[in-house]
Amino acid sequence: MSETSASSPSAAAPIPTHAELFIAFFKITLSGFGGTLPWTRRMFVEEKRWLTEQEFNDVYALCQFLPGPNIVNLTSVFGSRMRGPTGALAAWIGFLLLPFFVMVGAAVLYQYFGDVDAVRRVLHGIAPAAAGLIIATVARMAGPIVRSFGPAPVVMVATAFAIGLMRWPLLLVMLVITPVSIGLAWWGRR
Amino acid sequence: MKADGGILVTLAVQFAIMALLALGGANAVVPEMHRLAVEINPWMTEREFSDMFAIAQAAPGPNVMLVTLIGYHIAGFSGALVTTLAMCGPTAVLALFLGRVWDRFKNAPWRMAVQAGVVPISVGLVGATAIVLTQVSVHSWVAAAITVVTAAVTYRSRWNPLWAIGIAGLFGFADLV
Repeated sequence: MSETSASSPSAAAPIPTHAELFIAFFKITLSGFGGTLPWTRRMFVEEKRWLTEQEFNDVYALCQFLPGPNIVNLTSVFGSRMRGPTGALAAWIGFLLLPFFVMVGAAVLYQYFGDVDAVRRVLHGIAPAAAGLIIATVARMAGPIVRSFGPAPVVMVATAFAIGLMRWPLLLVMLVITPVSIGLAWWGRR
Repeated sequence: MKADGGILVTLAVQFAIMALLALGGANAVVPEMHRLAVEINPWMTEREFSDMFAIAQAAPGPNVMLVTLIGYHIAGFSGALVTTLAMCGPTAVLALFLGRVWDRFKNAPWRMAVQAGVVPISVGLVGATAIVLTQVSVHSWVAAAITVVTAAVTYRSRWNPLWAIGIAGLFGFADLV
């Protein structure tokens, strides 16, 4: 269809309307088993061509860095780039509406059936697998840091120790470790 | 129902603060949710917390929806609404503003220092989540084996994690864990 504009797809692709933003994010959550990120990339970059691969990576890198749930931040940043604050709102609602009601449904089911023996056993089996998934995520993220020189590996381990083992309050730990880590990075930047 | 208003305000404040500290996304603040809901408040048991994390991982949708489950458990539908909005609202607004500032200072040295300083913290926070979840969910050798195998397979291959969840659920159903 738009093969001729392949060199600058974002310039050629029409800017989505509010309704299109809402529907796009709503559809992503419909297919979002096992993580929503791959589906988001597929829809924006490959299907709709609203962003180039590079633009998508830039937006995603920013959202990983910002505090808060990454992918929710992505709805907001992307929506606002397309249609301003109201576009952000349309994307945000589209993304959260269905998962919210799915989870409320799950919570209701858990309330009624959480103590049923078969349910207990299944959850008892899933919980250690869920922990394993997080360990794999950490292992992937930690790779580049462990290989780097300087304070980064120490900061990483200290954070995991303070929160994971000592169970100190998050706010206190962050108030101490964030300025220290940024200061060390600033001091060692040359 | 007067106590409900109080708990809703508490949930709103605590989860909004948590979100603003969630460098590395929702998975970074699971230990703080655990501290809040199990350790310092009698809102749920260790087992219930571990169950809810398992459900959130197995269900479709983003990981952050764990807060919806927790909110519902503590204060019903309005609790679910409050924790979800508190976790997903303020940081989304912040992202709008920071997104613009961030682009403008693309090559500023302070921006690079902030970025370099924050990344190891965010990974450390998710590491803390891995520690806490392992502690609350692994109570047997079989459970430990499930954790290790899931972690290794997920790290090495590109299999959909749902397979690991499904197989582990079958192990549990057969009462092997």
